[in-house]
Amino acid sequence: MTPLSSGALTISDGRLALSALLILVNVELSAALRLGLARSLLVASLRMVVQLLLVGFVLEWLFRQDNAPLIVLVGAAMAMIAGVSAVQRTRRRFAGIYLNSLLSVMASSALVTGLAVTGLIQPQPWYDPQYLIPLLGMVLGNTLNGISLGLDRFMEGLRNGRDRVETALALGATRWEACQEVVRDAIRVAMIPTINSMMVMGLVSLPGMMTGQILQGAAPEAAVRYQIVILFMIASATALGVFGVVGLAYRRLTSADHQLRLDRLLNVGE
Amino acid sequence: MDRPLLLCAEELKRQLGDRLLWSQLDLELAAGERLGLVAPSGAGKTLLLRALAMLDPLQDGTISLQGRTPTSWGLPRWRSMVLYLTQRPVAHGGTVEANLRSPWNFQELRGRGGWRRERIKGWLAALGRDPSFLAYDAERLSGGELQLMALLRALQFDPTVLLLDEPTASLDGATTAALEALLIEWLAAGRRAAVFTSHDSEQIQRFATRTLELHP
Repeated sequence: MTPLSSGALTISDGRLALSALLILVNVELSAALRLGLARSLLVASLRMVVQLLLVGFVLEWLFRQDNAPLIVLVGAAMAMIAGVSAVQRTRRRFAGIYLNSLLSVMASSALVTGLAVTGLIQPQPWYDPQYLIPLLGMVLGNTLNGISLGLDRFMEGLRNGRDRVETALALGATRWEACQEVVRDAIRVAMIPTINSMMVMGLVSLPGMMTGQILQGAAPEAAVRYQIVILFMIASATALGVFGVVGLAYRRLTSADHQLRLDRLLNVGE
Repeated sequence: MDRPLLLCAEELKRQLGDRLLWSQLDLELAAGERLGLVAPSGAGKTLLLRALAMLDPLQDGTISLQGRTPTSWGLPRWRSMVLYLTQRPVAHGGTVEANLRSPWNFQELRGRGGWRRERIKGWLAALGRDPSFLAYDAERLSGGELQLMALLRALQFDPTVLLLDEPTASLDGATTAALEALLIEWLAAGRRAAVFTSHDSEQIQRFATRTLELHP
């Protein structure tokens, strides 16, 4: 395996500060077009810088650890944050939605990342944080997007398709027969970004992780191999996570009596 | 009563938030009956029909059809026998015929003889419609035509109890009369009954064999 040696040029504090000037392009544009984004842009930039610097310190510390339970705990915390954030981007809620999202994120990312570190990349030991944590992070970031898209689409689909679903139920359809179109549609929509990004991978986009490895001096061919593994991991974890969360939401918003239970659906803020 | 009892509901209750719509509601429906629900708008007529079809959870009370509960029938079967026709019928893409055929794919209805074109044509004739109605694009039907389509879609499964929510709200006078006549004929052809709502008190007087008033 290619070691992630510190081969790239170091960016000094002064130059780091200089890079922040690039955001002024956005601020100027926002002011010129009155987009009203200046404030959010500045807040977002500041958050990005502070969060990343902190994460840099945390990772420095974490990579020196050799304690499996601790590293798994950090991974679980990352998954929890992903599970909660996935729900926060949806427009509606139901009781148990956070638990559903957490379960789906954790199960899918643990399974896929676990398989990757024990079977595919095989760092020694398997919990080597230098591998486990970045891999998990990549998987979680993408699963999160899939889950919020899938959940949102499913809840909106049931609301907008309510008359159609209930017409089918009233004629004697099972809840699955009545809802399957909405379920399928939600899963399809949630998978589109992953499929699209794989389609143009390398042609339009050079993925961040690969770019990072190459900057660090890794041979492009080795970096590409990592990227391929990562993309397959992302695709399968997203599929599993989306399938899980939409399936759980389907069970929650219908009943064993084959009823549509939109009364369990609340708007954000209710 | 010499006519067999079909649907029996006891002590039904419905509350929306803290507003009580109806409670202690008992209802018995025998074969051949056409029960008209009488209540002002917003009094929960639609909710009662939905409750009888078990589309909403029962808040209180019990329902049975021919002595058996919905659970013992199985909910999909219950709904194919106590069939609810909504006020705002919906169609999926494709022709009217495709819409009439697609429910036959449901697990519950698959083994029941299937699509019978001649029968539908007979009903269409009774409603003063040409068989070419079957080839219409269902998503471009008028409100009245949609109601006719939804009625035919329901009748073909020969439900025991038909729950009609404002079935003629979008129909002209002549078609309304034809629809009433068709329903009377269909009801007489088996052990069947209907419950209906209407904003037209003349229709209730004309078509109902009995009425039920809803109150809290």
